[in-house]
Amino acid sequence: MSPALTKQSGDVAQPAVAGDVVLDVQQVTLRFGGLTSLDSVSLQMRRGSVLAVIGPNGAGKTSLFNCLTGAYTPQEGSVTFYPKPGESVAVLGKRPHKIARLGIARTFQNIRLFPALTVLENVQVGVETRQKSDALSSMLRLPNARRDQKNSVAEGFRLLELVGLRGKSNELAAALPYGEQRRLEIARALGTVPSLLLLDEPAAGTNPTEKAELSALIRRIADTGVSVLLIEHDMPLVMGLADEVVVLNFGKVIATGRPEQVQRNAAVIEAYLGAESEETAIDATDLPDVGSGRLPGTAKSGEPGESA
Amino acid sequence: MTVNAPPSSSASSTAVSSPLKRLGALLAVSLVVALMTGPSGDSPTPLAGVKGSIFDVRVFKFLLAAVVIWAITLGYARLQPQIAERRAAVTTTSRRLFARPGSRPITYLLLLVLAIIIPLQLSPAAQQAAVTDVGIYALLALGLNVVIGYAGLLDLGYIAFYAIGAYATAYFTSSRALPTHSSVLFNPFAVFPIALLIAALAGVLLGGPTLRLRGDYLAIVTLGFGEIVQKVANNADGFTNGSRGAFGVPKLSIHVGPINYRWGIDPLPYYYLLVVLIVLVMLAFSALERSRIGRGLAAIREDEVAAEATGVPTLRYKLLAFSIGASTSGIAGVIFATKQFFNPQTFSLQASLLVLTIVIFGGMGSLFGVVLGAIVIQGTFFFLRDVVPPNDRYIYFGALIMVMMIFRPQGLLPSRRRSQEIALAESGGASVEMLSAGTVVER
Repeated sequence: MSPALTKQSGDVAQPAVAGDVVLDVQQVTLRFGGLTSLDSVSLQMRRGSVLAVIGPNGAGKTSLFNCLTGAYTPQEGSVTFYPKPGESVAVLGKRPHKIARLGIARTFQNIRLFPALTVLENVQVGVETRQKSDALSSMLRLPNARRDQKNSVAEGFRLLELVGLRGKSNELAAALPYGEQRRLEIARALGTVPSLLLLDEPAAGTNPTEKAELSALIRRIADTGVSVLLIEHDMPLVMGLADEVVVLNFGKVIATGRPEQVQRNAAVIEAYLGAESEETAIDATDLPDVGSGRLPGTAKSGEPGESA
Repeated sequence: MTVNAPPSSSASSTAVSSPLKRLGALLAVSLVVALMTGPSGDSPTPLAGVKGSIFDVRVFKFLLAAVVIWAITLGYARLQPQIAERRAAVTTTSRRLFARPGSRPITYLLLLVLAIIIPLQLSPAAQQAAVTDVGIYALLALGLNVVIGYAGLLDLGYIAFYAIGAYATAYFTSSRALPTHSSVLFNPFAVFPIALLIAALAGVLLGGPTLRLRGDYLAIVTLGFGEIVQKVANNADGFTNGSRGAFGVPKLSIHVGPINYRWGIDPLPYYYLLVVLIVLVMLAFSALERSRIGRGLAAIREDEVAAEATGVPTLRYKLLAFSIGASTSGIAGVIFATKQFFNPQTFSLQASLLVLTIVIFGGMGSLFGVVLGAIVIQGTFFFLRDVVPPNDRYIYFGALIMVMMIFRPQGLLPSRRRSQEIALAESGGASVEMLSAGTVVER
């Protein structure tokens, strides 16, 4: 397939979001055999913003992430990434490491660190993907290899400082508590100097304190100019952080808008609470508890609608 | 008591939990060993072997050995807390000593001095073995260590690159060793870079299409590659001289200005050349392991999906590891070819497996580990030659490796990372969770 650049193909609608766009997803459809995981999903993201993708389990959120990072190649649609204003790249069909090089970094829903490497080494792996020294100069310890080594340690410490793990640089990644592993994963992703950071349920399994720290951390990251695309079940976190929310259900975008708009959207309430609850007057503030009221380990099973 | 074995008990005691059962198992094993190592029968009297080995006085030696081993394990189980304490004390003090500034270089220097002095005391046969069995295999193991230990790729056809190095040497240096030869003949030393490049190229050619495969599949493909190279060497008479092999490859020699030196029949000069090469390779690989490339390879080994998503070009890195290993193997091939006669039999699957055994036995990912592995494995093999009948050597050898893998799976001198990986896998902690998560994003 040859994904067309959105800007160049005239028949595709221009981004609906005003201003500087960092990511433009157009009509992406992903099928697994007979199962349609994503059904012509479109969304645009402003540079420097925090966009949250929410939706019931199985709505296709992680599938969307996997399409954006090259793990899956959707059958239809286009994804255009703008690393800098005015610079556009088609993302689909590229291998994951190429996409990471372009400036899209990600974390995983089930944390995937390098468990037997130290905390610092984990971040260094991210930092070093931008370095150029080759195997020969590494083996001969040539000046450029030594310089890279020094830079990666310095940059690694800086990022660990940012996520509050500097004091643990020498521990094994596997030895960290859950919340710190999440933050380490973010630091590793930041090491690749992304302009777009994808976070897949960063608050899953964290306690309230860690959640608050995480929220502050994401804010700090967004303030440095990195756009953040966030999948999250924790509604208070989403409502507090996101500039914009996209709601997915059964692989389709059912609502897009500012958090408070989306909270009041009838289709969203229906998706989360089930059709029969339409008559019940729902206070919008009830909505947050739907997603966050379950344990992360059980989040995969069961329909969200049933718990309401 | 047998049912509620404490979780801290070792693997052997959970498998055979009561001491009596263990004694029974050991006695049974000793009977099998007695049978295997005893005289063999023949077709007219098929039971002669059984008669000679079990219904004979010698069986008591084996039964006695079984009882002694049983007593030792019993004593060990009882004394385990004390032993563990002592061991911890010893390792922490030695580690503290090793951490002291300056102690590292001194240790390395001491080891180097030992490596230089010891062969002088050996018999000529042992010196010969120190070159062809220990030295060359240590070099081969160092190369395979990059592939298996650093990148985590199981390569069962590794010896093919050794063959390529050896045949390239014969082709480029001698007009008589093979039916054909290159139009320009080189000094054997000049062939080092040529063989290195050819082997690295072969590594890239093999790796390019196959490194997309994972785990078992890669092992099978590389196994096939090793067999193909050996079969080609055996059958391409016009180029490789077939099963007759290559004779008369010129010895290594240096003619630079006033220096005029030729390596000859004496194995010691080869030995020292190998020591120099091994030290250089160890320096280079230890730098590689600590560099961005080494960390990238470790990341691939631990979680390929995460490494790729983090921006590590996994395929390119794996190819790199493959070709670095292959070129090391090619260099070992040059030395071997200039030292002595070789034929396709030299590059059998058995040789590949031997290198693999050395790497695993010594400690995957650890440079000193694999060199020590080469010394211990090949040394054991050499000394068994005089002690037991030649055909029985593999029995003892196999038993040694089995015992080692049960009680010390990480190898003699494991690398820090590797032993932590094994510890994580055994505890079934985070790493298992991460492995099972692989199904989520893998294609």
